[in-house]
Amino acid sequence: MASTALSDARWIDRGEERTSLPRFLLWLSPWALLLAVGVYASGLCLYYGLNQTNMDNRFAFGLWIFLDLGIIALGAGAFFTGFLVYILKRAELKPILNTAVVVGLICYSGAVAILMIDVGQPLRAWFTFWHPNTHSMLTEVTFCISCYLLVLSLEYIPILLRNRQLRRIPSFLVFEHQLHKVVPVLAAVGTLLSFFHQGSLGGLYGVLRGRPFAFRSGVLIWPSTFFLFILSAIASGPSFLLLITAIVEKVTGRKLVAEEVYRRLAFISGVLLATYVAAKSIDTLIWLNYTSPAAGFAPWQYYQHKPFGTPILFGEIVLFGLVPALLLTFRKTASSRGLLLTAAAMACTGVLLNRFVLTVQTLAVPTLPFDEFLHYTPSWQEVASFAGVIAYGVILYSLSYRYLPLFPPRQGKDSHVSGN
Amino acid sequence: MGARYGMVIDLDRCTGCGSCMIACASENNVPALPQASPRTGLTPVLVRKVSNGQSGAGRRETFIPIMCMHCEHETPCVKVCPQQAVELDKATGIVMQMPQRCLGCRYCMTACPYHARFFNWWDPAWPQGMEKSLNPGVAVRMRGVVEKCNLCHARLHAAKEKAAAAGKRDIDSSDYVPACVEACPTNAIHFGNLADPNDPVSKEARSPQAFRLLARLGTEPKVYYKSTENWVRNLAEPNSAQGSEVQHG
Repeated sequence: MASTALSDARWIDRGEERTSLPRFLLWLSPWALLLAVGVYASGLCLYYGLNQTNMDNRFAFGLWIFLDLGIIALGAGAFFTGFLVYILKRAELKPILNTAVVVGLICYSGAVAILMIDVGQPLRAWFTFWHPNTHSMLTEVTFCISCYLLVLSLEYIPILLRNRQLRRIPSFLVFEHQLHKVVPVLAAVGTLLSFFHQGSLGGLYGVLRGRPFAFRSGVLIWPSTFFLFILSAIASGPSFLLLITAIVEKVTGRKLVAEEVYRRLAFISGVLLATYVAAKSIDTLIWLNYTSPAAGFAPWQYYQHKPFGTPILFGEIVLFGLVPALLLTFRKTASSRGLLLTAAAMACTGVLLNRFVLTVQTLAVPTLPFDEFLHYTPSWQEVASFAGVIAYGVILYSLSYRYLPLFPPRQGKDSHVSGN
Repeated sequence: MGARYGMVIDLDRCTGCGSCMIACASENNVPALPQASPRTGLTPVLVRKVSNGQSGAGRRETFIPIMCMHCEHETPCVKVCPQQAVELDKATGIVMQMPQRCLGCRYCMTACPYHARFFNWWDPAWPQGMEKSLNPGVAVRMRGVVEKCNLCHARLHAAKEKAAAAGKRDIDSSDYVPACVEACPTNAIHFGNLADPNDPVSKEARSPQAFRLLARLGTEPKVYYKSTENWVRNLAEPNSAQGSEVQHG
């Protein structure tokens, strides 16, 4: 790295090559612009209220809730990798642990930021802690997500303190060392919290007796969606991590982790996805034949409204469920990078489709006999706010990749493809 | 268990005039918002027009006022509110909304199968001078909170105060009548205590002509409808109105 006036070489780990600072800033600038637009759109929603959105009394939840549920599911790779490495002692996944923490932190902090815009009275968010309704799934979600975001932040601190310059400060070094000792405990706590909030996010809709499209029977107080959400999140989380790592490798032109890590992530994701597809299929059959008819709703009613016909159910279970599950599980697929990434992308699409169906389709289908099927299109403020979250994620990840040891140090010049 | 206030709405009498909607808005200080659409407006009582889907001589239409059904069992909105801003009053059976505690998360709106909950998408506003006619007994709700029919709870308070002043423990039933019931020109909306088997409304609710919307969901709504028409009574079933034309009254 050339030591020019505009250089940040002393902040970058020795032996690591990064692109020049001006080029890095050029990479960040469009994302910064998108973030600025997102902040502006969010500001409009906070200042003028949620009338800036296209949500209404019938479509009380919209794009934000769908994407929140989606990124929280995809961010499950963070806790699940910690669980696999620290609890199940799968050391081969350690190389992606740091990147999993950053991805998780981005997903969860982004989701919480959007949730704070999505409520009508953000300053009253503390009421849930002060006057909690212990029967509400949303209470459990609020508690667990808040706590888990704190856990993720604590897990991020040791990574942050390993920056080349911050490491020079003795007290930081000691703090990092001490914090590192409790990381396995944090991983265990994170796993517990995540199991509950992933489940409760599914429970949010599964308990809606008044929405027979979403309502599910279950075990004790937990509807089946509670368990299905956990399964689908831990199935898609590794796939998302796999995708992110591959994208970073492509963008930076470097080989970051061994092929074995990819294969292991794919296999774990595939097996869990296959389990999820089996469970989801059984659940769907019970719902179609028992739960929904018991509430007076014939299953065909839900699927007579285009574009929400039966193809969406097929897509959710077979095309973006069973197919990627098989592709990810077979060792032959894992040897083809293109097929592997396609399968991982399909698995992530499947979980997003599931969250879309449960959030948007649930509200679109009629409940009263004289209800109409309603459409909803998000406003530019809704889209821009969420685009801002994506931009925030790219910026935070880029900064973390540049200045922090997200991946193991390079072993030799062979692994270096280009100097991007 | 105390009283279980509820309603029986005789759909054969309802003309769809909308007096109940106006009376409700006036009583409960519902703001006049010209920028609101039918999907973003505040209509704690909403009269909907439903037809049997036929045309010509076979066509039949009816008006159905929709409001909070004050569900008694597994009350969907009470169960989901994360901060206890909704409660089922054990003494009255009224499902109460506390706007001052509401976060505005709208989970309760998602949970309600009757779409009887409304979000304050805008700051409350009235045409100049009209604010002088606001009801001093009802607090105006702020932007960003959910509201709904609370069976004119302010009137119940007033009735209780009157009873207390007279040294009585129980209110006189004639002192507590919701605004929509009072305003209906055809006397289509009947209000009373469903827990009292001798109450005329309780008897009416048990008549063969009475039905409840989405009763099979098991939430035990306390708003009953009544009609002599079979096709109207069939509206109790969720899949009964195929091809029906729906309009807001």
